Amino acid sequence: MTTSSQYKILGSRPPRPDGVDKVTGRAVYGNDTLLPGMLYGHIVRSPHAHARIVAIDTSKAEALPGVRAVVTGADLPSLADKMEDLGKGVANLRYSSNNILADDKALYDGHAVAAVAAVDLGTAATAAGLIEVTYEVLPPVMDVHQAMADDAPILLSDLRTDELGESLEGETNVASHFCHARGNLDAGFATADVVIEREYNTATVHQGYVEPHAATALWNADDRIDIWCSTQGAFAARSQTAIILQKPVSEISVTPTEIGGGFGGKIPVYVEPVAALLSRKAGHRPVKIAMSRADVIKATGPTSGSYVKVKMGATHDGVITAAQAMLAYEAGAYPGSPVPSASRVVLAPYKVENVQVDGYDVLVNKPKASPYRAPGGTNAAFASESVVDELARAVGMDPLEFRLQNAVVEGDRQANGLPFGRIGYMETLQTAIDHPHYATPLEGAFRGRGVAAGYWMNWGGKSSVSASVDADGSISLLEGSTDIGGSRASIAMQLAESLDIPYEQVKAQVVGTDLVGYTDLTGGSRTTAITGMAAYNLGQSLRAEMARRAAELMEVDADTIQYEEGVFSSNGTRVTFNEVAEKAHAHGAPIVGTGTAAPDQWGAAFGLHIVDLEVDPETGKIKILRYTALQNVGKAVHPSYVEGQMQGGVAQGIGWAINEEYVYGDDGTLLNASLLDYRMPTSLDLPMIETTLIEVPWPDHPYGVRGCGETPIVPPAGAIANALHDALGVRMEELPMSPGKVLERIWAQQAA
Amino acid sequence: MSNKIVVNSTINGEPQVFLCEARQTALEVIRETLGLTGSKEGCGNGNCGACNIILDGVLVNSCLVLAPELEGRAVLTIEGVADTCAEADLHPIQQKYLEHAALQCGICTPGFIVSTKALLDENPNPTEGDVRLWLAGNLCRCTGYDKIVRAVLDSADAMSA
Repeated sequence: MTTSSQYKILGSRPPRPDGVDKVTGRAVYGNDTLLPGMLYGHIVRSPHAHARIVAIDTSKAEALPGVRAVVTGADLPSLADKMEDLGKGVANLRYSSNNILADDKALYDGHAVAAVAAVDLGTAATAAGLIEVTYEVLPPVMDVHQAMADDAPILLSDLRTDELGESLEGETNVASHFCHARGNLDAGFATADVVIEREYNTATVHQGYVEPHAATALWNADDRIDIWCSTQGAFAARSQTAIILQKPVSEISVTPTEIGGGFGGKIPVYVEPVAALLSRKAGHRPVKIAMSRADVIKATGPTSGSYVKVKMGATHDGVITAAQAMLAYEAGAYPGSPVPSASRVVLAPYKVENVQVDGYDVLVNKPKASPYRAPGGTNAAFASESVVDELARAVGMDPLEFRLQNAVVEGDRQANGLPFGRIGYMETLQTAIDHPHYATPLEGAFRGRGVAAGYWMNWGGKSSVSASVDADGSISLLEGSTDIGGSRASIAMQLAESLDIPYEQVKAQVVGTDLVGYTDLTGGSRTTAITGMAAYNLGQSLRAEMARRAAELMEVDADTIQYEEGVFSSNGTRVTFNEVAEKAHAHGAPIVGTGTAAPDQWGAAFGLHIVDLEVDPETGKIKILRYTALQNVGKAVHPSYVEGQMQGGVAQGIGWAINEEYVYGDDGTLLNASLLDYRMPTSLDLPMIETTLIEVPWPDHPYGVRGCGETPIVPPAGAIANALHDALGVRMEELPMSPGKVLERIWAQQAA
Repeated sequence: MSNKIVVNSTINGEPQVFLCEARQTALEVIRETLGLTGSKEGCGNGNCGACNIILDGVLVNSCLVLAPELEGRAVLTIEGVADTCAEADLHPIQQKYLEHAALQCGICTPGFIVSTKALLDENPNPTEGDVRLWLAGNLCRCTGYDKIVRAVLDSADAMSA
């Protein structure tokens, strides 16, 4: 493990550069953009889960005073014509286009079918109500079981199943089936003394960011498009908009505003291309579209409801001999559920030679699934961690000792055959076993303790940063990574560490696609690690240039220069970093630099959670009494924000486990599209969330940083299910474990 | 076009006159007409607290107040919170939110800070339970509330010191 004394700045907790703006209300978010002549957009949405669009009459809306433009799917470039030329890739592009404005069918309650721009919000809303859409209502398909049935209604008539790489004949709702297998499953189960096989179903849930999607677009008279939006990645928003509008990326500029939460849900574009179309039609006036909360819940986000079956076997002495998982995930209306990443999470913590994981990507009449923090991981781990708990109990072992005995280490292969790098999972487990929480007995009726492990592989991607050295030695740092939770601070800290200057000397800004090099989106827990790596490289490059200038000033050979804590020295003479900056400003070329990173390998993160809870036997309500999250986070650059990532992930995981779900009527319409009825945790629902940071460094990062943000949402549902079993003796095989469902199990137990 | 109503009110200590339609919410006017975009719309129906303001000393969801109801009333928005404390550039609550890293994305933060001010105006020495109950009308999706609750308790200590 590293110690904080290795570093001067990393491991400290300085204020964030954007902090004052965010506590005073000055920070500009997606809906805060105000441009001269700006119009307001409003989107018309399908009230049906599955319907053919027979006709759209926009004439009354267009006739309303104050209305400047109306668009429908017919205004989007047709990507369908190119499908035969370019194959499957274009089919997917067509789907993302159809998702933002429906083509011939509305595929979920809330699917956008038209949009209007007007001089104010009220006129836009009134005009939207005047657009008349004629639908032929079709039967909806609302879960994977219905969708995979032989006689299921079909969402997309041209969809064919990709079965292990081959295209199957015939209409289907199954977009793909893949399989990872190693060893001999039958032989593995044959050597087991105990085999547990269970089935789990989980509900559709939403990311629940507090800021609704909002974007402002100006399609200028020179055919260039400027967009200001709340997005996890300006370059990702630009490339998606370019594809949907069939424009070169060079003609689109995206400036990211502050972002009010994303968790994966602000990776796809929804309103950006629509605002651009309206702007062009309205005579090149800027158009802002801000979603309502109901729009957000109905037409963005969610992550997949799922059906997961897990079978695992172990010997009497607690060695896992074989493991099998089948995962069927809702993709929503178009292909692309997170089942591929779920398949990497489901059995990740366990060393097992005989293993098979099958994944199915299944269309249903719900919004197209978008990523949600460790996409697919929570559902998968809920299932596998429940089975592991049963196995441990069946062989009479402590659940943490059982996990320790079967834990993966560096070099062990995953289900897909790839070996783990340095993961630090053993250290995490050992710390959990020794943790005061685990050592403290839990007493009382209806109380229970559960544990669960979680894994996320994180993502590398590409990042750029650039900087100039100002005359007073301060550094203007430009980043392409949008800052959702303090990353301006964590990246500036790594630049300051690299330059060996105070953190306060770095001024960090997030800028748009025209002002910094290509940077992948803030997601995959990559930003602090990978953009931080780019900042380190930038620091090294600036440091070399500053040393060269210092050598010129001191009239010494650059090779003789020493540098420490902002001072260049050579044979007894010295000049400070700030003096070099001042003199470089007076004479010679400005000092600027860039740094990039695109690593082949990056650090993954394992975590282990311990939860104590109490069940109210009268209501079935679960109260969380104590919660501890332990995780290998690599070097914690800004520990407060690392703790915050863990606490936030736990809170979302608890919501997913015990309350959150999309509730649909029989006709496929969503019944709970408000924050009253879609029940996310409040401050009253949670205790303090204890965190333990285990800092096993990632060896290929200059500071050992690995991503930390996603893993914390993976274990909570499994840990709570295991604690519930400890409290009541019942196994919940369904999410959410909401009061009504828990109460039914209590009653069933009492009846038996 | 619609008839507009003239409304006289006091916004963050300054007398203001604005025109609004009867259908408009206080939130819409505060943001769009007065340009005070620190108050956020997270839900539009009183469930998230991101638009919270203090109206004549009472904490309210500005999305549930109609703009004409501001006639003759005093409004405090996030933009006015720092000015209620003459001793420093930031209000101690704002300072403590920063020190405790009690915000991540920051969209809910204005509402939380306004709610915290209303709590501490009424109850200068709240328990953790008091804080959790009072703030249950403000949703934060990033932090799990841990650091927010600590920031509020520390604000109370700092303000009563």
